Amino acid sequence: MKRLVGAAVPVTAALVAFFFGAIMLLAIGASPWEGLKAMVDGAFGGGDNLARTAVRATPLILVGAGITVAFRTSVVNIGGEGQIVAGALLTTVTALALPDLPAAIMLPIVLLAGIVGGAIAGAIPGALKAYASVNEILSTIMLNLVMVQLMNYLLRGPLIDPAEVASGTRNPQTERLPDGASLPILVPGTRLHLGVPIAIVAAIAVYILLWRTPLGFRLRAVGHSPDAARAAGINVKRNVTNALTIAGSLGGLAGAILVLGSEGQRMQTDGSLAGFTGSAGFNGIVAALFGGLHPIWTIPSSFLFGGLLTGATQLQRSLQVPSALAIALNGIVVVFVVSSDRVRSRLDTMMAARAEMNDSGGES
Amino acid sequence: MSDFFTASILVATIASGIRLATPYLFASLGETIGQKSGVLNLGVDGVMLLSAFFGYWTVLERDNLWLAVAVSLVVGLVMGLIYATITVFFHATQGISGIGIFLFGLGFSELMFRRQVGTPLPVDKLPKIEIPLLADIPWLGEALFQHNPLTYAAFLAVPVVVFMLNKTTFGMNVRAVGENPQAADSLGVSVARTRFIAIVIGNTFAGLAGAALVLELGIFQQNLTNGLGFIAVALVYFGAWRPVGVMTGSLLYGLVAATVLQWKAQGIIPRGASDIASMAPAVLTILALILLANRVPAPAALTRPFARH
Repeated sequence: MKRLVGAAVPVTAALVAFFFGAIMLLAIGASPWEGLKAMVDGAFGGGDNLARTAVRATPLILVGAGITVAFRTSVVNIGGEGQIVAGALLTTVTALALPDLPAAIMLPIVLLAGIVGGAIAGAIPGALKAYASVNEILSTIMLNLVMVQLMNYLLRGPLIDPAEVASGTRNPQTERLPDGASLPILVPGTRLHLGVPIAIVAAIAVYILLWRTPLGFRLRAVGHSPDAARAAGINVKRNVTNALTIAGSLGGLAGAILVLGSEGQRMQTDGSLAGFTGSAGFNGIVAALFGGLHPIWTIPSSFLFGGLLTGATQLQRSLQVPSALAIALNGIVVVFVVSSDRVRSRLDTMMAARAEMNDSGGES
Repeated sequence: MSDFFTASILVATIASGIRLATPYLFASLGETIGQKSGVLNLGVDGVMLLSAFFGYWTVLERDNLWLAVAVSLVVGLVMGLIYATITVFFHATQGISGIGIFLFGLGFSELMFRRQVGTPLPVDKLPKIEIPLLADIPWLGEALFQHNPLTYAAFLAVPVVVFMLNKTTFGMNVRAVGENPQAADSLGVSVARTRFIAIVIGNTFAGLAGAALVLELGIFQQNLTNGLGFIAVALVYFGAWRPVGVMTGSLLYGLVAATVLQWKAQGIIPRGASDIASMAPAVLTILALILLANRVPAPAALTRPFARH
């Protein structure tokens, strides 16, 4: 019965999203029914589309799992976009620096590089919050804006493919990465690659971390009440830093997978964050909220939002409705979910604990 | 390098800095009013994108700049009504619901732009108005008194907001419900109504910020703001929740941005490093947040929903 009540929020949110989606489609003169059919078909119709949905879901699972760690520690992480880019950049640099090693050696190294890159991008706002009382909502957003410029600088300058310079086209992209750094395709003929199971395993690992390890216990204790955690001898500052570092490392892994699983086997930019990340840093927040801030529920939730994204691509192709519709719908889902009682009570605990952290920020 | 310090270039840079400060100023003044009432609005960027797009579209279709400003203002107002409703009546968690508003604005403005306009077509910009006599003062006149009407309006709004927050009953109520809603409630101040109005005013300012941005650039593209609205939220912390502080911060950002543009044009910043130079506003914000963190306390009830018990 509890499950049923738990499912009520996502189901209602989905209905609300469909309702507003239909209104938006009508507003721009497209048929909602045709639109819905195109979206469902694009998302889940046939193996090829399912594989594409799974691939789109992958960064959402990882970012979403990271969001649950941060939020359960009462730290807000809006920096997913920047963390993805940080991970992707370090993965790219590492892969280009290494000789063409066999995948069994190469892949763990370059995936780890992504994790480290994202961890650094998460640790900075984490440490700034813990030790300098810098509001992490703002600092993570600002780091996104810094990372997009860093990506553009590196891909237009030091990391640009020499072939692009030679031909004079100067498309901002790196050289093709070594073959060993390519994520193996699991189902021949589709885009389904090893990144998908890696993300699922990572989300399960986050669940184990949060509820089955001492570190997870400390993170959740801080998230529940920093003052009580401090009284129990838990180092609040270190755990706040840890939470954003873990969240960042998952975003970084998502960035690594985006590069290593890309069709071009390289990193490229159109000058915007979304052009590389597909807004996964934000959509991951949506997926995590929709999954009730639980890492396991974030998995099916991410598949749903991955489906929304691939469905929107199909919508653009067959009805000429811009795929930005999916972003607008995600916004509506967020507003709805955070207005619903169940998720709200969880988030209110978080915001109260955040305030407590700020109030006693100076000491300990 | 020496070229930059010739008087005419300095004056032009200051004038352009003031122009660039305008959207920051509108947005952060609005955010100040909302935060003073205890409500964080992270959706400013999304509201700016929506108002900028609809203002731009109005100019394209109707060729009427003042109608465009009015449309942007109304878009801000409507978004304010929506955000106020979900915040005050549904007690949505503010730090996150604002992200929802942002995503909606980002997505819907792009959807409408791609569907209804397609490619970025340039439109008329707001005309410059030279203030009689003052505009003729050497150097100073060009820097301060040859701007478009929205720029004047933004700076004139500063003393108005100061007066409103400090000298009017509504302003007192705003500050009271932002500091101690329980006490304000027990004195008969409606927390819900005060916050609702503060949020709507704040978002209307964000709507004007969108108009100021798009009608200064004369063009729209997806994600036009590029994080400007988020920086405006940070400016409220920077300005310590005071309109004058917020204005100082906005001017600083405008001047930094103008200097970067000028240096790029003059080749002082080499082309290869221009992306690095574009980091300046965000890096500046992080540094400011580090330096100013906890110097001035935020409104005590910021982000805390209020419910009578």
